[in-house]
Amino acid sequence: MMNLSAGHAVEAHDLSVRRGGREVVHGVTFALPAGRITGLIGPSGGGKTTLMRAIVGVQRHVRGEVSVLGMAPDSAALRRRLGYGTQSLAAYEDLSVRENLEYFAALVGTRRGQVHELLARVDLQTTADRLVRSLSGGQRSRVSLATALLGEPELLVLDEPTVGLDPVLRERLWGLFRELAGAGVTLLVSSHVMDEAARCDEVLLVRDGRVLAQATPAELTQRTGAEDLEQAFLRLVEERP
Amino acid sequence: MNGTTATATRVLRQLRHDPRTVGLLLGVPAVLMTILKFVYEHNPVGFERAGPVLMVIFPLVTMFLVSSVALLRERTTGTLERLLTTPLSRLSLLAGYALAFTLLATLQAGIVTALSLGTLGLSLSGSTALVVILATAVALLGLGLGLLASAFAHSEFQVVQFFPATILPQLLLCGLLVSRAHMVGVLHAISDLLPMSYAVDGIHHLAQEPGASTAALGDLAIVLAFALSAILLGALTLKRRTD
Repeated sequence: MMNLSAGHAVEAHDLSVRRGGREVVHGVTFALPAGRITGLIGPSGGGKTTLMRAIVGVQRHVRGEVSVLGMAPDSAALRRRLGYGTQSLAAYEDLSVRENLEYFAALVGTRRGQVHELLARVDLQTTADRLVRSLSGGQRSRVSLATALLGEPELLVLDEPTVGLDPVLRERLWGLFRELAGAGVTLLVSSHVMDEAARCDEVLLVRDGRVLAQATPAELTQRTGAEDLEQAFLRLVEERP
Repeated sequence: MNGTTATATRVLRQLRHDPRTVGLLLGVPAVLMTILKFVYEHNPVGFERAGPVLMVIFPLVTMFLVSSVALLRERTTGTLERLLTTPLSRLSLLAGYALAFTLLATLQAGIVTALSLGTLGLSLSGSTALVVILATAVALLGLGLGLLASAFAHSEFQVVQFFPATILPQLLLCGLLVSRAHMVGVLHAISDLLPMSYAVDGIHHLAQEPGASTAALGDLAIVLAFALSAILLGALTLKRRTD
């Protein structure tokens, strides 16, 4: 196991993942700065979810070195310190929003009142007693997000948390992420929308299972001489052989 | 609240939102037992023989179907993967299911037993409490087999096909239709390996022998051992790391 160098919550070195007999992530190396928001940005099918699953320890056939908060991704002690918000709804459709949160809260062990607080933070207090089955896509993704925020995770891995949300709500969630980072939480947030990259401290551009670049949004536009991140991404794709 | 009781509470809450399933689970066995009584209207000995056997078949069938679908959903909707990123252990998860389904099975067996011994006039020499306990052990067996079936299915269509594949053979060979003693050698040998044979032997002992006979307790122990083995084997199929 490699040593965790100062200031990094996650370090991955030469990380490869095989799925269904073929390699889908090809020897990527990156590090997530602690207490910052890193955007995992790239097109759908590029390996973003696979990378996240490797970090939270549920992905099979992972090769290379990964260290998460100084531990192996599958160590039991890590599970109390990490929050994972899946892209697909990982909640019980035949329970209400509140019942779902109460169950996950009991498993993670939260302080009293956190469920109530989180319902407000993700703007679900008026739908709290509705069955998840009856919710819209955007509401469902906020249920997943809220379950990930339960407890006091030091590392949050959020897979496309803002998909299908209206701009007002999206703004509010980014405000929440910013606040959490301010309190020292490390966030890895994936998105296939380039304009979300601009809101991150660092951007990890991923395409076809490879990391094209890891830099701050300003560095990316500067380095490529592009006007915006969308263009920067295109230039980086063209540069590669 | 620990993971087991939290999970049991969650499973019971899911059932509470589904009163139709609960109604069917508790009501259908009572209706079927009543039908059996009238099927054997002119053959009371037949009812005395088949009635008790039905008491241990209901929990197997219902709990197999409920738990195979419930656990298949856990696997396919992403909730299992999500649970395994929390501190909840796989055994606590299954213990939670076992606790919730045990409560449900006890209630189901209590209703059927009360109806059969009361209104329908079935006579059992053995301990009534032990009948309910045996039925509950069979329910745990249903949970274990359902859990295993869910590991080999990708859809609800597939998982219910494991019912004719794994449960029906046991019902054919358990001594419900023909006494196990009268089966040809090979079938008898196979029936010795199947858990439901012991559940049916046990209920026959309870029907004929007073109190809690050693033979009935022995059969109960065998059923419980099969149930626990199936659940533990099933726990191995709940993989934390998947493709």
